[in-house]
Amino acid sequence: MSLVINGNAVAGPSDPRVSLLDHLRETLHLTGTKKGCNQGACGACTVLVDGERILSCLALAVQYDGRRITTIEGLDAVGDLHPLQAAFIEYDALQCGYCTPGQICSAIGMVAEAQRGVPSHVSTDLAAGVTLTRAEIQERMSGNLCRCGAHNGIIDAIRATMAAEIMA
Amino acid sequence: MSIVDTAKQAAQGLVQGAMTKLVPLAPDSWIPGGRPDPLIDRKHGLIGTPLSRRDGAVKVKGEARFAAEFRHEGMVYAALAHAAIPRGRITEIDSAAAEAAPGVVLVMTHRNAPRMNKPGVFGSSPTAVGSADLSILQDDRVHWNGQPIACVLAETQEQADHAASLLHFSYAAEPSTTSLDEAKANGIEQGVFMGQPLLNRIGDAEAALAAAPHVVDRRYRTPRHNHNAIEPHAATILWVDGELVIHDASQMVTAQAQTIGAVFDLEPGQVTLTSPYVGGGFGCKGLWDHQIIGAAAAKLAGRPVRMTLSREGVYRVVGGRTLTEQRVAIGASADGAFDTIIHSGLSIMTPHNNMPEPFILGTRPAYACPNITLQVEVARMNMLANTFMRAPGEAVGTFALESAIDELAVDLGLDPVALRIRNEPDKDPTSGLPFSSRHIVDAWRSGAERFGWAARGAPGERRDGEWQVGMGCATGTYPYYRMPGAQARITLIREGKAVRAKIEVAAAEMGMGTATTTAIVGAERLALSMDRIEVGYGDASIPGAIMAGGSQQTAAIGAAIIAAHNALVAELLKLAGNDSPLAGLSADDVGSEDGGLAKLDDPDRRESYASILARAQRDSITVTEAASPPLEQLHWSMHSHSAIFCEVRVNAVTGETRVSRILGSFDCGRILNPKTARSQFRGGIIMGLGLALMEETQFDERNGRVMNPSLAEYHIPVHLDVPEIDVIWTDNPDPHTPMGAHGIGEIGITGVAAAVANAIYNATGKRIRDLPITLDKLL
Amino acid sequence: MTPFRYLRAADVADAVKLGTDDGAAFLGGGTNIVDLMRETVARPDRLVDVTGLSDTITETADGGLLIGAAARNTAVAEHRAVRTRYPLLSRAILAGASAQIRNMATVGGNLLQRTRCTYFYDTDGSRCNKRAPGTGCDARDGFNRIHAVLGASDACVATHPSDMCVALAALDAVVHVNGPDGARTIAFDALHRLPGDRPDRDTMLAPGELITAIALPPLRFAANSAYRKVRDRASYAFALISVAAALEMDGDRIGDVRIAFGGVAHKPWRATRAEAVLRGGPATHAAYRAAAEAEFETARPLRDNAFKPELATRVLAAMLGDLAMGKLA
Repeated sequence: MSLVINGNAVAGPSDPRVSLLDHLRETLHLTGTKKGCNQGACGACTVLVDGERILSCLALAVQYDGRRITTIEGLDAVGDLHPLQAAFIEYDALQCGYCTPGQICSAIGMVAEAQRGVPSHVSTDLAAGVTLTRAEIQERMSGNLCRCGAHNGIIDAIRATMAAEIMA
Repeated sequence: MSIVDTAKQAAQGLVQGAMTKLVPLAPDSWIPGGRPDPLIDRKHGLIGTPLSRRDGAVKVKGEARFAAEFRHEGMVYAALAHAAIPRGRITEIDSAAAEAAPGVVLVMTHRNAPRMNKPGVFGSSPTAVGSADLSILQDDRVHWNGQPIACVLAETQEQADHAASLLHFSYAAEPSTTSLDEAKANGIEQGVFMGQPLLNRIGDAEAALAAAPHVVDRRYRTPRHNHNAIEPHAATILWVDGELVIHDASQMVTAQAQTIGAVFDLEPGQVTLTSPYVGGGFGCKGLWDHQIIGAAAAKLAGRPVRMTLSREGVYRVVGGRTLTEQRVAIGASADGAFDTIIHSGLSIMTPHNNMPEPFILGTRPAYACPNITLQVEVARMNMLANTFMRAPGEAVGTFALESAIDELAVDLGLDPVALRIRNEPDKDPTSGLPFSSRHIVDAWRSGAERFGWAARGAPGERRDGEWQVGMGCATGTYPYYRMPGAQARITLIREGKAVRAKIEVAAAEMGMGTATTTAIVGAERLALSMDRIEVGYGDASIPGAIMAGGSQQTAAIGAAIIAAHNALVAELLKLAGNDSPLAGLSADDVGSEDGGLAKLDDPDRRESYASILARAQRDSITVTEAASPPLEQLHWSMHSHSAIFCEVRVNAVTGETRVSRILGSFDCGRILNPKTARSQFRGGIIMGLGLALMEETQFDERNGRVMNPSLAEYHIPVHLDVPEIDVIWTDNPDPHTPMGAHGIGEIGITGVAAAVANAIYNATGKRIRDLPITLDKLL
Repeated sequence: MTPFRYLRAADVADAVKLGTDDGAAFLGGGTNIVDLMRETVARPDRLVDVTGLSDTITETADGGLLIGAAARNTAVAEHRAVRTRYPLLSRAILAGASAQIRNMATVGGNLLQRTRCTYFYDTDGSRCNKRAPGTGCDARDGFNRIHAVLGASDACVATHPSDMCVALAALDAVVHVNGPDGARTIAFDALHRLPGDRPDRDTMLAPGELITAIALPPLRFAANSAYRKVRDRASYAFALISVAAALEMDGDRIGDVRIAFGGVAHKPWRATRAEAVLRGGPATHAAYRAAAEAEFETARPLRDNAFKPELATRVLAAMLGDLAMGKLA
């Protein structure tokens, strides 16, 4: 089996127990994706699979044969940084930096979901299109914990960049 | 605690006690901070300018390397097994299956672990930072439910985890104390914190209470908490020619290296401990069993070891904040003047540590009052050693005190803001010391105006559909600390006609912005631009010892840089010699200006650093200097202050509480970097929201086991729980601290739980006195 | 995690063949079973990946929907027909877990989630009849805030954690399964079981049986439905209680009603008693409360969860009030 990580085909693990997260971190040495809980409760390990955000700690790598996986190391940069990465610095959307790659990957996946029209728990009208209000972004980002308390900066950074085109 | 340790602590207490008596009497000018730091008057420099954090780019790119992200040739992975009883002995270990499991390199238990010294427990010496007064894997004893009792090394993490799950232990259980009632019945002692009893008595508080016309007398409870840094504790450990190398996540690199070195009979220079990035600390990133076990296993196996605690492992190995039961009684006259304050109660610790949750600390300087009794007592349980967690004492103590004040305000029919201002002290009511800088009344007034406090209604009056709306407020407080031992090393490196500077401090960067503020302060001090400053930190080989704790790191670094800068100026003047425009001047005559030194009262007499170095044919110059002894904190009463305002919405159907608005109005000296400071304040406030509404470590009183060792079951606030947090500050420099600054890392959490509880009362008319305020308490 | 073989099923027949062995388990998105395996609560020696099987959502001849078991939770929640015709199902899914998990989790796997009882998870230090039959239950007298008040037994007081299943229970969904003995269907309410003295068994599935699809029967008034979840923080937490309800008015009176509760029992709790009390009766707050009280008449609260019957009663009453006025959906 093989995986396509940030555009490069790489071999999968021989041990089926290996999570996508551990495969990234320990075999491929792509340590930008973080392990916070290893049980699907914090979101630090969020990566994009074919553009959709998932938790790589709960993903057995063998299940992702042939899939395109994008990690924090593989985001489309404008110059050195993806615009959202730049906004995270500008809005001080991080402190310790440990949840940060997961927050950024999650936000990119979140915007794609919203553009596709996926409603959320706080959407008032399920049939209407999505408007990424502050509350909508907060709910959609709630799968990414932050303990330093950078929440305001994270939402501000997302609103300032990613959400602009789909906000009312 | 052993008798020896108790004696040591008593001796330290005596020394501190003597200092406490003498230092207040000394003239201001003898005291560090007696002359205001010249940087305080520099109004147009970098200080106060919002700057993005220096490590932002590497963190957003995922390039910052944390402890579990270092690799070494031949590295193996560790997994721990944990005891399942609270107290007793291990009688049998069945390790055959684990040893035979694929990939296993080592199964280490007390039976084959190398002999190690007991780590020095925190407070037993100036450098000891061990979490408990217990040896590790040296005998068959079990001291808490969850104690690590075996370590497996294997070629992969999956193999190590699997093998650890195959270990089986038999125990001979011994009587244990795991319930609060039992612990109390076993005996209650006076709590001692940092060598000093947690006890203050001024006047006769009980008699005054009996005589007071208006009284509140209430009990408040706060549960256990865990820090829950998102980075689990980890260390990558190897031995090189008999010396120990640890890539760690540490808030105290130097002391941690010394303590673990002593465990293995190593000299300080034989331990290399680095911690360039710390994925959240809040008090928990110190020395716990896992680094010692990892080092022992690496030694035994002869292989580098990656030791990463599982999330459950963090709860079993790393202590949190302990529970408290508090009484607050306030007696007041009809105009609101306090006659008496009693703040007392109990906290729980273990037989093997000494960390009462010092919940009276914030009450000591808080309010003018002629009769005060403050006391923390302790009882002991067989459990994992509790420890410092963000604002130990104040975070939960202000919940009780500031809730009680709100209750008194209701009783008196007074505005709680006015009631607090009414009792503003003109000197520290318990120590009698003058305040170095206290502008809390300004913070109250500006906060109330900005928040719209005047719109607050009567309890239960405001409603929006299902939601009951209320406002509350509370005071937060945290002391200014500066611990001894800090040093700074400054190196100027000549590059043509300019220099760049490297400033090194043995400090930790956990996201507070330390690397950035150190660069700001260094640039201002040296009169260089920010891009000419490099900051080194997170490495025990840097001279001095600085702890990222007690919100004191910035002050400690600031004082060390002052000292090192003074030494640098003296050294440069020596180098300058007789051909320099500075010839003949003494260090007192000159200061740094525009990339060089200049005579203070005649700035035309100047020479650039590069010129001085060039003439002396030097490529660089390095000075290392220790900070002055931190006597200022014995000479003045020094604190950060806040006024917290919040608005909550409580659902009348479900009892769910949502915090819709919150404002922190801070009085914390001069703010060095508004951008990172705002984040620190907000972060503390958010942890305070968790404390108020959802956080509790569930400790099963039947067997002392933590039952929610998971981020799914221990709730911390998620994005949707966090409103936009407004933060303002007075920005009044404290004339007696480096840069005029105070610590800001812990003040944010203080006062928040009371502000939320008081707002819930205003919304619903219900007074909740035990945390967390979950919805069932409001049904 | 115990070592296992990973096998990918090409079709249903293949999956059933591969899943027949003792020790085999089916693998969907992995969001629950991978965690359980890591905690060694589950120790399958063979994982049969069924995510390649049907994940389509199609209209049925009777006007309902058929959802392939491999459909991801997000795909169901965002499907236009689900959003407009079965809003309570969309709502229930969106109230569960996080977006990342919903993107991974399959419908079939969601049905087979195991309890969040912390004693169930604590393999090292706690007794649990669900995990290790016959060892005892430490939850009964321990931390049991999230535990059952209805239908529990001396052996087990665990709750089923799914949100989606609560909506499916209210909708009278039909579960399509296939196994060694062939294909069959199971009424949703008969899929999950009460613990009795066999709490290790969550469902009535026979060994080796695979969930292949969920059928949603047509229900005209499902468009007037809602799901409300009450939890300890605003998002990303399991339910303390939840309510799925659909209501049809007949003039001033209640024509028909569907109600299910989550977080109160070992299974998603279809509130047939409450429905019977309400059907044909007045649409008043008192009637809504009386219906809920009838449902919770047999409730047996534990140390930490005595609030649940009243909380569920209030939430149901509020929801029915809103649905009666067409305020939700």
